[in-house]
Amino acid sequence: MSSVKVKLKKTDIDKLAEVCKSFNNEPGELINVLHKAQEIFGYLPSEVQEVIAHELKVPVAKVYGVVTFYSFFTMTPKGKFPISICTGTACYVRGAEKVLDEFKKELNIQVGDTTADGKFSLSCLRCVGACGLAPVVLIGEKTYGRVAPDDVKQIIKEYMDQ
Amino acid sequence: MATFKYHLLICGGTGCKASDSDGIITSLNKEIKEKGLENDVKVVTTGCFGFCEKGPIVKVLPDNTFYTQVTPGDAAEIIQEHIIKGRKVERLLYTDPETENHIADSKHMGFYQKQIRIALRNCGFIDPENLDEAISRDAYMALGKALTEMTPQEVIDEIKKSGLRGRGGGGFPTGLKWEFASKNEADQKYVVCNADEGDPGAFMDRSILEGDPHTVLEAMAICGYTMGADKGLIYIRAEYPLAIKRLKIAIDQAREYGLLGKNILGTDFNFDIELRYGAGAFVCGEETALIHSMEGERGEPTFKPPFPAESGYNGKPTNVNNVETFASVPVILLKGADWFSSIGTEKSKGTKVFALAGKINNVGLIEVPMGTTLREVIFEIGGGIKDGKKFKAVQTGGPSGGCLTEKHLDTPIDFDNLIAEGSMMGSGGMIVMDEDDCMVSVAKFYLDFTVEESCGKCTPCRIGNKRLYEILDKITKGEGTMEDLDNLKNLSNVIKDTALCGLGQTSPNPVLSTLDNFWDEYVAHVTDKKCPAGACTDLMNYNIIEENCVGCTACARACPVNCITGERKMPHHIDQAACIKCGTCMEKCKFNAIELI
Ligand SMILES: Cc1cc2nc3c(=O)[nH]c(=O)nc-3n(C[C@H](O)[C@H](O)[C@H](O)COP(=O)(O)O)c2cc1C
Ligand code: SF4
Ligand code: SF4
Ligand code: SF4
Ligand code: FES
Repeated sequence: MSSVKVKLKKTDIDKLAEVCKSFNNEPGELINVLHKAQEIFGYLPSEVQEVIAHELKVPVAKVYGVVTFYSFFTMTPKGKFPISICTGTACYVRGAEKVLDEFKKELNIQVGDTTADGKFSLSCLRCVGACGLAPVVLIGEKTYGRVAPDDVKQIIKEYMDQ
Repeated sequence: MATFKYHLLICGGTGCKASDSDGIITSLNKEIKEKGLENDVKVVTTGCFGFCEKGPIVKVLPDNTFYTQVTPGDAAEIIQEHIIKGRKVERLLYTDPETENHIADSKHMGFYQKQIRIALRNCGFIDPENLDEAISRDAYMALGKALTEMTPQEVIDEIKKSGLRGRGGGGFPTGLKWEFASKNEADQKYVVCNADEGDPGAFMDRSILEGDPHTVLEAMAICGYTMGADKGLIYIRAEYPLAIKRLKIAIDQAREYGLLGKNILGTDFNFDIELRYGAGAFVCGEETALIHSMEGERGEPTFKPPFPAESGYNGKPTNVNNVETFASVPVILLKGADWFSSIGTEKSKGTKVFALAGKINNVGLIEVPMGTTLREVIFEIGGGIKDGKKFKAVQTGGPSGGCLTEKHLDTPIDFDNLIAEGSMMGSGGMIVMDEDDCMVSVAKFYLDFTVEESCGKCTPCRIGNKRLYEILDKITKGEGTMEDLDNLKNLSNVIKDTALCGLGQTSPNPVLSTLDNFWDEYVAHVTDKKCPAGACTDLMNYNIIEENCVGCTACARACPVNCITGERKMPHHIDQAACIKCGTCMEKCKFNAIELI
């Protein structure tokens, strides 16, 4: 996993300290703290992890170990419009792979990457619980059902000018 | 619910929300207001009705009319015709695929006829964000009965007698588990609900939590009473925002009504529940990994014993049960163990919820008595295979399970039968596949999943599964040998025997069951370099059909490696040796002259 170097502002550091405090700086609450931190920053760059480690008085390696273990946590910023393709079994047998390939081709990025203009990022997830609409694509909060490879261009276009 | 003449129930589950059920609710309410019907008609957002294929669904009570695939634009007609004029909107009714008749009442639809709803009894009937509605359907009655009329041991005995077995996959007798936890003395004990639902393509637990959260809270409190725990934790996937929201509302409401917290129902029993969030790791569904994850650690499994019942969360006795297991508990106490055990097979009692998906006409959430056959589920409830294709296999048990075929269709579904046939019950994912699905690719799909999700703690699983994946990949590319097939089998057995936790011990099942049931298909990939299902693109060739080709040259101009030749207005030709199978030519051809064979 690659990481982007960022410099945290003093207010950001205070915000993180606040989050840790709301969980009583309890090392056992690490995962909850990380969820909150990711909600605030959108991702968990190493600088954020360092602050959290300091506040909870645990080694940075432990925080890093937990962040990299769970696929929900990410160390790279997401695009303005995060695209997630469901690759759960129901979507897989109804052709999710071809839809994914089409997105990769159209955006010219791989899974886990963000386009150079920061607009789109591409990820996979497993079953969003709308298997009746398989294959399913999520863009931000919006769900697209029964997506065919031919629909991909049109879907991306919806967001191009936003 | 007494004063309104009509109730319009609308599914607010994840699936139907994705098809704009919120928009329908807004339009219906607008119409109701415009026609001045606010005192006669009430719109209620419920959990999933189960029939997701035909969603969004609007059900009208009291006449039980079931409207399918409704859009916000249909709201005016439903109000004008059905509510005001008393005429059903025929075009929105379900059409029976065989007789082509419209069926208005869901009770008469094939999809519902074979179902018995125990865990899902309230899903689609109540507003999950309204405790009063849950109470009108007996929520917290069983807790009241347990606290005031039964000793903890009597509750345990009743659950034991009912024959309820864990619905999370293992099938361990629930009453016995509760008894172990109750016998271990400690100053603090915990009840944990496993709502991690990691099987990709399964959504049973989430639908219960979205549709009827109170039943799970109630059962956890009952469990706490039997084992002497005053604290409950629900470990839920962070990817389930709607279920999380409804659980939070339900917990707040239950506290407000004195159904959670101190001195519940005026007794000296205290119990409260908190949420803990998963973060996208399949292995965290395994109970020891789940407990480590709740403690803020990496979710790596540890060796059992000690079992959680002795040393679980924070080293204290902990009882872990699945969402659906809990959802069955209150009914058992109210209707009795004998009633529950009268349903099902000899060793598997009650019902099981399945998420039916894949190449099937009626995708949805179903609950059937144990002992129902796969044929009944797929062809009667599921309405058969999509687009009139041929049934090929059904996968149960997710990444831990196997693929069953035509010859297994009459097997009555229960824990033991599915294992005997080389698959397993799992948590309830059921994916149907047709003639276009390549079984080697399906096995590869699952192994890709396991490789990604292996926690890496033990070698057989971390490295062994990776090798299995590589061999399968080789085979789908037409580079496999017969020796590879032997290796697949041997390696699978080694991994099963030596892996530390349930993930590794079951991960080779998709490989072994497809080798068993689809041996010829593997051999075709290896010796003939052909994929009989036509799914492995590496084994296919792009070919120009001479009769259809008009010689427009579009394909030749687009081919990135210039391997298409031909004169203008003459049939073109692809040089197979040079073709990189990118598919561009097929996309460019406007005359359907390029095929994949
Ligand atoms: C790899 C793995 C994943 C599991 N995933 C789940 C899950 O998602 N949900 C669940 O309830 N149980 C899951 N289990 C089973 C749990 O370990 C445990 O047996 C279960 O939660 C006990 O509850 P029950 O007795 O009510 O079934 C999983 C087990 C393994 C080995
Ligand atoms: S079997 Fe796999 S998931 Fe389980 S402990 Fe070993 S490496 Fe981890
Ligand atoms: S598949 Fe690609 S490489 Fe092959 S002939 Fe068509 S365009 Fe050319
Ligand atoms: S694009 Fe189609 S019709 Fe045109 S030359 Fe190629 S195969 Fe023939
Ligand atoms: S598998 Fe994609 S929504 Fe369930």
